[in-house]
Amino acid sequence: MSFTIATTLDDALAALAAGARPVAGGTDLVVGARHGKAPLPEHLVAIDRIAELKTVTETADGVSIGALVSHHQIETHPLLTTAYAGLADGSALVGSPATRHIGTLGGNIMNASPAMDTGAPLAVMLAEVELRSVRGTRRVPIEALWSAPGRTGAEPDELCVAVHIPAPDPRANTAYVRLEYRRAMEIAVVGAAAFVALADDGTIAALRVGLTAVAPTIFTGNLLGQVGRSVADAAAAAAALSMEHSTPISDVRASEAYRRHTVGVMARRAVEAAARRAAGETIAIPVNRAIGIGAAS
Amino acid sequence: MSESIHLTVNGVAYPVTVDQGRNLLSVIRTEIGLTGTKEGCDDCECGACMVLLDGQPVNSCSYLAVQAQGRAITTVEGLADGDALNVLQRNLLETGGVQCGFCTPGMLLSATALLDRTPNPSDEEVRIGLSGNLCRCTGYAKIVAAVQLTAAELRNG
Repeated sequence: MSFTIATTLDDALAALAAGARPVAGGTDLVVGARHGKAPLPEHLVAIDRIAELKTVTETADGVSIGALVSHHQIETHPLLTTAYAGLADGSALVGSPATRHIGTLGGNIMNASPAMDTGAPLAVMLAEVELRSVRGTRRVPIEALWSAPGRTGAEPDELCVAVHIPAPDPRANTAYVRLEYRRAMEIAVVGAAAFVALADDGTIAALRVGLTAVAPTIFTGNLLGQVGRSVADAAAAAAALSMEHSTPISDVRASEAYRRHTVGVMARRAVEAAARRAAGETIAIPVNRAIGIGAAS
Repeated sequence: MSESIHLTVNGVAYPVTVDQGRNLLSVIRTEIGLTGTKEGCDDCECGACMVLLDGQPVNSCSYLAVQAQGRAITTVEGLADGDALNVLQRNLLETGGVQCGFCTPGMLLSATALLDRTPNPSDEEVRIGLSGNLCRCTGYAKIVAAVQLTAAELRNG
């Protein structure tokens, strides 16, 4: 086994080109290895000291979030907790304070768990993932990145360096909710994110819903048929469509039938919360706590 | 393959030779000999192994020791001043927040990190701050009380 510490992005990309795998916080990689899920890679490069991947930058057309930005940074960032609130909802639910301090957005995305909490909000925001290697840079729509549980379309020498999210319209926002059995160190039983844009009369101008842990990968639906309808009608339709299009599994955490039922509930609540935010209301991060989903305190 | 590195724990640089896949917890306990940090679940769930890495809480059971090079590691042994407990440790004892004591080192470190970034926490913020630490004895109420008592004392100097 070999282990090196990269302090620059070029060092990290060179190590990946030579066959190393990256580790940042290690909250999936090391835990998975200790759990017997997959052995540690033979060659590791630590990327957690690369300062240029730790910044959140507001750009002309949105925001760029470095791959090493932690969940704690996201859940406390002034811009991300307001204009991109659904992402902050997701990051605020990840693990525990320790997980959120050391766990990174890039790691969460590239681990490609269908139960990841940042995936559905990023997908409904139409985020793009920037992958870089010594061969060059490319951007991939995030939903197209995930190919199967634990798998992405990234080549072995490509490193996720940033996530780019387009700026929402002034009358648009997002929310992410999940079903959980306890309030810490929990994985989504099912989850749903919604992007809602409102017309001047308060009806739906745009609606996208993303679903967590009900299919091999996180997937979204663009609910064009709801344009012009009321938020309540659209939320009900989103619930029905989410139940219809989910293909959940039964496992120790929930049965297929229970997941299929509850994903509809989560979708309805995500649409309602995103619409309230789109109308200008502030709902505290994460929505789960604010509207009392899941375990009581 | 093993590697010779230095790990800085509670301000002291310890030279250690460790396998590159080894976790920080076992190195702290068996190479460095500081056994205040506990192994509970060994699966990143219970928080008994919590240490601070540059002031931030980390589950040391699931963190590679070699990755902690050059970082400031704080364990429970770094909180007291010699034999004199610090205010948080004293308050945890006095409020009855310590029963079997196994979770206590991890609780102390999570609470320390919380109070560093949130000097005036709400009870909800304390519960969130300690949410990665399991306690099977106390029911948590007295631990939350001890953190709040400490926060008040630190604010009042």
